[in-house]
Amino acid sequence: MAEIVKHLEPDLEELRESYRSGKTKEASWRKSQLKGLLTLLKEQEKDIFKALEQDLGKHYAESYRDEVGTLTKSVNLALSSLKDWMSSRKAKLPIAAFPSTAEVFPEPLGLVLIISSWNFPFGLSLEPVIGAIAAGNSVVLKPSELAPASSSLLAKTIPTYLDKKAVKVIEGGAAIGEHLLRCKWDKIFFTGNARVGRIVLTAAANYLTPVTLELGGKCPAIFDSFSSSWDKEMVIKRVLGGKFGACAGQACIAIDYILVQEGFAPTLLELLRSMTKKMFGENPRETKSMARIINKQHFLRLKNLLDDPSVQSSIVHGGGMDEDNLFIEPTILMNPPLKASIMTDEIFGPLLPIITLKKIEDSIEFINSRPKALAIYVFTKNETLKRRIISETSSGSVTFNDAIIQYAADTIPFGGVGESGFGRYHGKFSFDTFTHEKAILRRSLLTEFWFRFPPWNDFKLALTKSAYSFDYFGFLLVLLGLKKNS
Amino acid sequence: MAEDSETKKVFDAEAAGSLMKELRGTYASGKTRSYEWRVAQLKNVMKIVDDHEKDILDAIRADLSKPEQESYIAEISIVKSSCTRALGELNRWMKPEKVKTSITTFPSSAEIVSEPLGVVLIIGAWNFPLLLALDPAIGAIAAGNAVVLKPSELCPATSSLIAKLVGKYLDSSCIKVVEGSVAETSALLEQKWDKIFFTGSGRVGRIVMAAAAKHLTPVALELGGKCPVVVDSDINLPVAVRRIAGGKWASNNGQACIAPDYIITTKDFAPKLIDALKHELEAWYGKDPLESKDLAHIVNSNHFARLVKLLDDDKVSGKIIHGGQRDKANLKFAPTILLDVPEDSLVMNDEIFGPLLPILTVDKLEDSFDMITSRGKPLAAYLFTNNKKLKEKFVKTVSAGGLVINDTVLHFAEKTLPFGGVGESGIGSYHGKFSYEAFSHRKSVLYRGFAGDASARYPPYSDRKLKLLKALLSGSVVGVILALIGWS
Repeated sequence: MAEIVKHLEPDLEELRESYRSGKTKEASWRKSQLKGLLTLLKEQEKDIFKALEQDLGKHYAESYRDEVGTLTKSVNLALSSLKDWMSSRKAKLPIAAFPSTAEVFPEPLGLVLIISSWNFPFGLSLEPVIGAIAAGNSVVLKPSELAPASSSLLAKTIPTYLDKKAVKVIEGGAAIGEHLLRCKWDKIFFTGNARVGRIVLTAAANYLTPVTLELGGKCPAIFDSFSSSWDKEMVIKRVLGGKFGACAGQACIAIDYILVQEGFAPTLLELLRSMTKKMFGENPRETKSMARIINKQHFLRLKNLLDDPSVQSSIVHGGGMDEDNLFIEPTILMNPPLKASIMTDEIFGPLLPIITLKKIEDSIEFINSRPKALAIYVFTKNETLKRRIISETSSGSVTFNDAIIQYAADTIPFGGVGESGFGRYHGKFSFDTFTHEKAILRRSLLTEFWFRFPPWNDFKLALTKSAYSFDYFGFLLVLLGLKKNS
Repeated sequence: MAEDSETKKVFDAEAAGSLMKELRGTYASGKTRSYEWRVAQLKNVMKIVDDHEKDILDAIRADLSKPEQESYIAEISIVKSSCTRALGELNRWMKPEKVKTSITTFPSSAEIVSEPLGVVLIIGAWNFPLLLALDPAIGAIAAGNAVVLKPSELCPATSSLIAKLVGKYLDSSCIKVVEGSVAETSALLEQKWDKIFFTGSGRVGRIVMAAAAKHLTPVALELGGKCPVVVDSDINLPVAVRRIAGGKWASNNGQACIAPDYIITTKDFAPKLIDALKHELEAWYGKDPLESKDLAHIVNSNHFARLVKLLDDDKVSGKIIHGGQRDKANLKFAPTILLDVPEDSLVMNDEIFGPLLPILTVDKLEDSFDMITSRGKPLAAYLFTNNKKLKEKFVKTVSAGGLVINDTVLHFAEKTLPFGGVGESGIGSYHGKFSYEAFSHRKSVLYRGFAGDASARYPPYSDRKLKLLKALLSGSVVGVILALIGWS
């Protein structure tokens, strides 16, 4: 680490110099970097799968679906949209402003810091990098040290495929993070938990650095009753995919817990149990149908959640724990106490509590009495319920009848609100988050509103009042002496 | 605050806590969400400025001795036009925005729904005390939030008038004014807000952001900076000079975040520019500017002393070529021009925020662009030229909140342009729709259908599933069909 710290200032200076030289602003540079990323994803695919298997026990299909695939899609979108994103946007002006023109010019911020998380170590590192590069910035990426194989692969490959004078990977843990946060950045993009989010934001305040925080929260899934068995099977798969199928529940947008009407709960439980067996099989660790827990610390954290006897007794499926292999079976609980940690802290693991309510509409109050989550999921065909959820709750996003998949949509922003964070990305929003939209007003020297300037008098004031309210006729009257300042 | 009369309680941490509790309750009731409520409040803001124009102008004059026309143009008319615009556009702004979706999520539809952030804090500044309190408030109200306004204590008459009028005309269960200075502001900053909108100096901006960080509160910071004016020789000089002088001395006597701070011009052109400026200044303010009624005063003795210090700096002593007169008792300060002050002088390092205008000369104007960018990004930068290439280079290389070619400050009035800083000059932007968005959360909503599902998404995983996933994620319909055929 001493090495890294010694080289830190000179490294950052090199990155700033690359930015100052104007190189990163050129469309050709941005395109070449994005193409470089595309090549990296293609050529290193096998190694990426291997690293993810090592760090998290992920099956390569899951790794493709959640990381390599979505990244490839995002780079392609950036490449095909770059010209459009980089162009100025004209702003309409009122007639009174003629012959001026106005536009908004997107310019890069400068040198940006991206800190990513361990659960989707490639996805959460490179997705923001795509936006930062497309927007013309120099970049430092600090991947999570908790996913060491992925971090090291990124550190090895990025300098080979990208411009190492403008994009650097700096590996390390909290200590390196602290050093980095003491430096001056033009933007910090952080994905992680709220505790560290506060530290990042406090450090950023010293330099007035703008920040995007992608945090987490307890994402609820409201489960309404379904009559058709076709529908039931489909949504159950989606629920399970959105919990156990998403890095074993270790995802900011994983379903944290389910809310269901008490009458329907037994049916739901049965469906979940049987589908869990079908999807994840008898030995999910061996078949890699589910990822493992990232490390011992998190394993013990999850174990602790189940230690409370009143929580233990609510386990209705699974519960098996393999400490040596850091593996926890898909586990379902029925009505654990609401005051227990499992219902107050973000679970981030393969434990799925089901909470029953008298009426499904009670879920609105339940959700509103808790901090705002990154996503709310609602499985229903009831249009009224859908409308109520949208207008009566607040969350980063709302997805109906599916889970997690909003991550793959480019046209809707991905980000939180309240405790789940602020700022957003994906698609053009990634480009925008690393961009300063510079307003430009161009005026002609030919014409003038001379009444704008002192020395002041009533006549000038009357003209100003008409002009500013775009009262063109009134303006004319004043000018002709036919109307006075009242 | 030092003076506590029996009727006025100290606004401390406890008071801030109960204020927050009350507003959270009102916000949770949903009252601020309806279109009707928002429209009623905005109409009442309009009423405040319409019916009390004279009271407002009197208060601003009492606080800042600003000429009436300046107050009208810079504060009243802009608040009015913000209201008008918000009222006219609110329906459109409140509508969800439908967006396309791709085959990756087929079948699906999506939209982006705007919702208020909740309970927001707006801290105003002293130089445009009405505008910088009410203009952001218009955005916050239009977006459906509950609002606390903390107007600047350096303008006591205006602050107290705002408190009175807001209390009288607006819904005080949802919109409140808290008056006071450091103690009251600190008490407010300890609370958990859903957004803080601050206008003021970078020093206090850092304090606000650090306080917000504890609660993960997003902030908008409208700060300042040294806004440069680059002047070429190929221009219509009289018009340019009027615009420069207007942006400087007719804007609260230089005490404005977007006022031209200093000028850069060529060595050859400087004498002509200086002559034209002197000529215009005399036409506007007469031979003795301290006697003119058209020049705003310096806000208080602290700032007055600060400006005197800038002039008394040894490094600038021989460089004053116009003005320099001041009247400490009445806080009057004449328009002052300095020529070629050293770059390490005080006046060239801090934001001037006053009627001193340094002019720096260079051989080639392009050389000045680097000088500007090395100083930290200002809120605005101005260029006067007819040279197309120079304009394009300026736009490309000079980073600032906003740029104006061939004028100064006017972009502030254009509601279709985002107004805000970058780097040291701030975070976030507002005006027009940008005000609405500054106080909104744009929530993604994705509707998924049941018509088909790629079991390829789910475990147990296999190579064949991987092929279909690749096709789905690439967005290629053909690829998907081929994979499905191969699959079956």
